[in-house]
Amino acid sequence: MLAYLFRRLLYVIPIALAVSAVCFSLVYLGPVDPLMAVLPPDASLELIEQLKAAYGFDKPIPVQFAKWVARAAQGDLGTSIATGRPVNSELARAISNTFVLAFFACTFGFTLGLALGFVAGYFNGTWIDKLVTSFAVAGVSVPHYWLGMVLVIIFSVFLNWLPATGMGTGGSGDWAWDWEHIRFVILPAVTLSVIPTAIITRTVRALVADILSREFVSALVAKGLSEAGVFWHVVKNAAPTALAVMGIQLGYLLGGSILVETVFTWPGTGFLLSIAIFQRDLPLLQGTILFLALFFVFLNLLVDVVQTLLDPRIRRT
Amino acid sequence: MTLLTVNALRKHFPLKKDLLGRGGGTVQAVDDISFDLTEGETLGVVGESGCGKSTTARLLVRLIEPDEGQIRLEGREVGTAMPLAEARSKMQMVFQDSFASLNPRLTIEDSIAFGPVVHGLPRAQARGRARALLARVGLEPSRFAGRYPHELSGGQRQRVNIARALALQPKIVILDEAVSALDKSIEAQVLNLLLDLKAEFKLTYIFISHDLNVVRYMSDRVMVMYLGKIAETGPSESVFAGTRHPYTRALFAAMPSMDPERRTKQPPLMGDPPNPINPPPGCRFKGRCAHAEDVCGRGDIALTAAGAQHRVACLMTQPGSGHSSAPGKAA
Amino acid sequence: MSAVAADIQSAPAAPAQGYWRAVASRLLRDKVTVVCALVILGLILMAVFAPWIAPDDPLKSSIFKRLQPIGTQGYPLGSDELGRDMLSRLIFGARLSLVMGIVPVLCALGIGSLLGITAGFMGGRTNTAIMRTIDVFYAFPSVLLAVAISGALGAGVLNAILSLTIVFIPPIARVAESVTTQVRSLDYVEAARASGAGSFAIIRVHILGNVMGPVFVYATSLLSVCMILAAGLSFLGLGTKPPLPEWGLMLNTLRTAIFQNPWVAALPGLMIFLVSFCFNLMSDGVRAAMDVTR
Repeated sequence: MLAYLFRRLLYVIPIALAVSAVCFSLVYLGPVDPLMAVLPPDASLELIEQLKAAYGFDKPIPVQFAKWVARAAQGDLGTSIATGRPVNSELARAISNTFVLAFFACTFGFTLGLALGFVAGYFNGTWIDKLVTSFAVAGVSVPHYWLGMVLVIIFSVFLNWLPATGMGTGGSGDWAWDWEHIRFVILPAVTLSVIPTAIITRTVRALVADILSREFVSALVAKGLSEAGVFWHVVKNAAPTALAVMGIQLGYLLGGSILVETVFTWPGTGFLLSIAIFQRDLPLLQGTILFLALFFVFLNLLVDVVQTLLDPRIRRT
Repeated sequence: MTLLTVNALRKHFPLKKDLLGRGGGTVQAVDDISFDLTEGETLGVVGESGCGKSTTARLLVRLIEPDEGQIRLEGREVGTAMPLAEARSKMQMVFQDSFASLNPRLTIEDSIAFGPVVHGLPRAQARGRARALLARVGLEPSRFAGRYPHELSGGQRQRVNIARALALQPKIVILDEAVSALDKSIEAQVLNLLLDLKAEFKLTYIFISHDLNVVRYMSDRVMVMYLGKIAETGPSESVFAGTRHPYTRALFAAMPSMDPERRTKQPPLMGDPPNPINPPPGCRFKGRCAHAEDVCGRGDIALTAAGAQHRVACLMTQPGSGHSSAPGKAA
Repeated sequence: MSAVAADIQSAPAAPAQGYWRAVASRLLRDKVTVVCALVILGLILMAVFAPWIAPDDPLKSSIFKRLQPIGTQGYPLGSDELGRDMLSRLIFGARLSLVMGIVPVLCALGIGSLLGITAGFMGGRTNTAIMRTIDVFYAFPSVLLAVAISGALGAGVLNAILSLTIVFIPPIARVAESVTTQVRSLDYVEAARASGAGSFAIIRVHILGNVMGPVFVYATSLLSVCMILAAGLSFLGLGTKPPLPEWGLMLNTLRTAIFQNPWVAALPGLMIFLVSFCFNLMSDGVRAAMDVTR
């Protein structure tokens, strides 16, 4: 069993490399020469040659890729062209910032989603259910970047209660549980939580409604099971699927939402990616994509493994 | 005239391992099955779920490829001397699930006509044949031809499936639990329809079922299967009256009877239901047989004669097999 | 004999209804779906006839009339950061936004179904090869994939459509493969094989009709996501290039004007929301209509 797991894990690396290779080459096929994007238009030939050599752009592409892979394997992802700082530290900071945001979004979203889904499932078919379901549908239909803007309009422009952008001073390195810091995270977290909340609401609602409608539940009630007993029973049966869905959503949020982070200028991995793209910052772009590729392929593997473990139909040999 | 000869048919299914490496092994669904089919007879095939009856049926019509073995139709080997398309037009099958057997998007008429059209018959003629067959199975064409499967009852759908099987004018029809899912009264009607059709179209049937009473009613010869192997085979009356294999005996003893004098005193079978994955060597029934001995666990048990055309795969009927109850040994 | 007669004559007396006719009649009775379909149809017509409906030229800018509030004389819905009439830009914007929201799903439907049905029907190694490749793409969230591909290709409407098509091929292919694998093992397909039909005949007659239904329903549920993603790409600057009118791009350029004229800044997003919401409700209705038959 462990051997299989290990083998699957090994697949993660070539896939991530393949993704990086594709990115590597696509950037060169793109419209703008990566070096030209950073230099002023009147840069001297000398300067261009110097920078080319410094960044290794004068070597053929496969050689560049190989060198990059070799360095990456040792943990060195190069230096960002735009900021001059090592890509590693940029990435590390961005990851922790995204983590803070994801944490708040998940706490809020999962709680709300579970509560709404449960209520809707219990009152299946009534106006409560229809109301909650409409909200859930609206939740997945709303462009979350627009919702972010609307929230900013209401709470920053009109009410001036909360800041419109940024993470406040210090970022996640100086995180403290005080209003000074939390007020920056409220709007982005709420915005980010909308889609997971809607998905979890729909999932939990369907689960609860289905469990309650099953015949064995009627049998339990007929035998005299109390309200609380039925409730606990529903929870036990809904838990595996609900947890799986929440896990997946958490995974997606940890990867960073480029759109929400852009709206609020939240310095997370998504925002870092958009900076890298627009500034044609090649090392940063490659490093960020490599990290994200590894992260999501690994996350997928984890989800697969957990689902296989939880599937009661597979005999434990 | 021997219409069909099956020789040493074998099919094993390898099981996939899951993500974590669990599972694996082989299901020996059909193991060394050989039998003949005479023109005009009905061969009944009985056994529990998982014994390999359906797999055998699918191997015959080549829906599954056999691992080993030959199938000879009219003396020519299917797949080599006889092309598959020709074999398919001579052997047709009726499945158990009447609803899943029909494409929900096609009308009844089109479902029946599909086979002939594929074999080159012009669509108008195929439709005509479809309507004639519908009439023959008791469904008035003007009312039923344009209907969809979900608008018919189970019995009606099975009649359609029979009509579809006959559309290619086959010689052999394999009925894989064809009446098992029907209500008893409908079942009786469909069985009688099958007997009528057999006489009219000069068909040969292979009738697969787990219902022994039905098999007894329909079959001239019977073949009892257990875990992929043949346990006992012979003329219907001979097998039902003079059962020799311990498994067959247990199976027949478990038949519900209307006779109040017949009472089962103890469960006919001991042990756990069989696991078709990686079966142990020797007789596959050994684990549940009341008469099992060590010699039963060694080597393959061949079918030996135990009467006129009646053959049994049990060491107790084989002279000199080493079993304490075998004939020819001093008691 | 009477029992036999009873069995044979017990069929319903109603005339046989084609499957699609049954679906259509069910759909027409679903008020919510009909309303949403009419709204979408109205917007499509508005986009097609934009030059005749819009009061002004969407590209005509004016330095003096920048960020006028809603209800200004000559600018019924206000003006944007370059002084262009918002109403006209919203009407013309429907063209690109709707195209970028619908075309990728259509293309992905075609390509994805082809891949999925092939993989599902062939099984074995072909299936593994196709589906493993697709699984790699499926592992990534759509937004990230779209942004990565667009980022590499560069901004532009065609690039965005290409990028979104690639993003939506994996989920559609997966659904197509899954349904095809199910259908392929059903008895009527086995019966078709037993009657000697070749693969093409089986796919054409038995598989396509039964697979495209669920695949189509799934694809309609992707329309709302595509609308949001397409506008999102433009919002990030990876889709439509200025000065073309398109709702996502308008959200981007108006973002900096939130503090001066918040209402105008929010309008394009409202349109995206409206269309996406209607697509979602419609797709739910279509799924309900196609489920009940059987």
